[in-house]
Amino acid sequence: MNPYKFFEKPNSLKITLIVLFSFLAIVTVLDLVIKRSAEYGFEKFPSFFSVYGFVACVVLVLVAKFVLRPIVKRKEDYYDD
Amino acid sequence: MTISFMPPFLIFLIGAFFALFLRGKVLKWWIIIVPALALVNAFILPKGFVYDIHFIGLNLVPIRIDQLSYVFGLIFCIISLLNSIYAYGMDDYRHHVAALLTEAAALGVVFAGDYFSLFFFWELKALSTSFLVAIGGREGSLKASFRYLLMHVTGGVFLLGGILLHFHQTGSIAFNYLGLTNLASLLILIGFGINAVFPLLHTWLPDAYPQASYAGTVVLSAFTTKSAVYTLARAFPGTEALVVVGVVMTAFPIFFAVIENDMRKVLSYSLINQVGFMVTGIGIGTALSLNGTVAHAFAHILYKALLFMSMGAVFKQTGKINATELGGLFRTMPWTLTFCIVGAASISGVPLTSGFVSKSMIVAASAHQGLTIVWFMLLFASAGVFHHSGIKIPFFAFFSHDSGLRPKEAPFHMLLAMGIAAFLCIAIGVYPWALYSILPFPVHYVPYAPNHVMEMVELLGFSALAFTLLMLSGIYPPEMRAINLDFDWVYRRSLQLFMYFDRKVIVVFEDKVVNTAYEWLFLNPIMFFARFFKGVDTYVVDGTVNGSAKATYSVSKSLRKLQTGNLQDYMILFVIGILILACVVILLRGGI
Repeated sequence: MNPYKFFEKPNSLKITLIVLFSFLAIVTVLDLVIKRSAEYGFEKFPSFFSVYGFVACVVLVLVAKFVLRPIVKRKEDYYDD
Repeated sequence: MTISFMPPFLIFLIGAFFALFLRGKVLKWWIIIVPALALVNAFILPKGFVYDIHFIGLNLVPIRIDQLSYVFGLIFCIISLLNSIYAYGMDDYRHHVAALLTEAAALGVVFAGDYFSLFFFWELKALSTSFLVAIGGREGSLKASFRYLLMHVTGGVFLLGGILLHFHQTGSIAFNYLGLTNLASLLILIGFGINAVFPLLHTWLPDAYPQASYAGTVVLSAFTTKSAVYTLARAFPGTEALVVVGVVMTAFPIFFAVIENDMRKVLSYSLINQVGFMVTGIGIGTALSLNGTVAHAFAHILYKALLFMSMGAVFKQTGKINATELGGLFRTMPWTLTFCIVGAASISGVPLTSGFVSKSMIVAASAHQGLTIVWFMLLFASAGVFHHSGIKIPFFAFFSHDSGLRPKEAPFHMLLAMGIAAFLCIAIGVYPWALYSILPFPVHYVPYAPNHVMEMVELLGFSALAFTLLMLSGIYPPEMRAINLDFDWVYRRSLQLFMYFDRKVIVVFEDKVVNTAYEWLFLNPIMFFARFFKGVDTYVVDGTVNGSAKATYSVSKSLRKLQTGNLQDYMILFVIGILILACVVILLRGGI
């Protein structure tokens, strides 16, 4: 009935990770096969977008956690005084 | 010529008027009939139609239907119907009146052909949307609605100032291409910019939207920013400053979205990010980028409403909206989760969803114009939006740790509204040419080129990898009960500072100096004259009045003796009176 019940199984995380990693492996292989018509030179590097996406997200999270949060975080009743 | 259609805003205005008096089931059907009629009407709107009236020497154009206004008008009618279906279970008639008014105002804005009609609907929209926030029913709703109104009224003043200056300089109030050339256009740009959540002017959105009701936020998300995008696309295409503004808008909100706890606030920040793509497209100003902006607005309204609907459903069913209190809802709300995932995929631009076919036009346009940095930033923002809206929203609400909450699935009408929105998101993604055919310029863009699909899959796939690894390693910032300051800190603290200054300095100065001076210069002389006239009053006027009162009193005292209260006395008096009367009559007639 509810297909999401899958996630209640103890090994669901493992299966999800296996699916994700094999999907990414296939994408990386395909990247070498499909010919690019690049606007800029650097797009022709294999897996340019993969690396960029990964680095972008790591930078995003680290900056948000270690730079932005210490500056802006306040108690929930900060404005209530 | 005869008009075979109704002005779209008029349908909603009439709808809002009657919604004031209808209640119960009748009202619920009424709020569905009105946008349904408007949607049918939208399909028969004649393109190229202009209706103008001359009024006190001005050429007012309340209806101008061209390709640009038509696309926005159409999507506004579609989303109005979905809003009504979603809010079918809402008993508060005030919500329905405010929603219909907002829809009327938004349609008025996109079909207005002159600045005065535009301004009228612009202000109507500010009022009706702030009312929607005010009746949100959350602890901070009322205060947030005042802050919201304050920002929008300020924006309205900028806009009006710009319009008047523009009218003074050109003698025309026609609302067409303007361009950033002088002070008048700058004021108009700022007026539009406050509604289009320009950076630093954006704070009203994440402040107010999470304070509305579960259905109110869905209404808010669709109209205000997108009608501002429309006005920018009309008046400022190709304005280079907007490229910078837009790119900043795509980038900074995603950092806030990562650390934000309130799910609807996360969506509010990602809304700014998405509008940033549209503003960038307007700034680039080529046919491809403007098409991209319009297409993205169309797609965005649907998936953003869908995401707010899914979080609204979670909020309505659980009463909670913070990531710290949610989690594990996949067990009991599978349909809401499914629709939420469709919305999340669309906003992330996953191939075969609407975001993919619209956002990529703007990104491609930046590449075609050789704007390398802009292109890099837009890619960064695309990865980031996937990260916080695409993964974070469904993950923290429906999976993550088990909150123990087992709410019922959302009611049927809400699932229906979400289902239709989800269907449209996928339909546009699978068959984008239906949308492309109504865009302002002819479309030569091919969304499903193999390398383009690969780029997006790589970008998103490895963003997902980054999220997974960061979660597993525990580096991902844990959700916590806290608020995050935004630039409105400056507005709010400076106002508080002013109030402090007001209490400690201005009030004291007024009390000690102004009041004393006033007392000596005015109050004391006036008191002196008042005392003099009081004396006159007491001894002269009152003396006279008292004297006559005393006289009246003694007369009435003697008269009172006649009033004995015995019936026989009155009878005698009556008889005597008649006799006297008879005598008088006889005397006057000169004998019998």
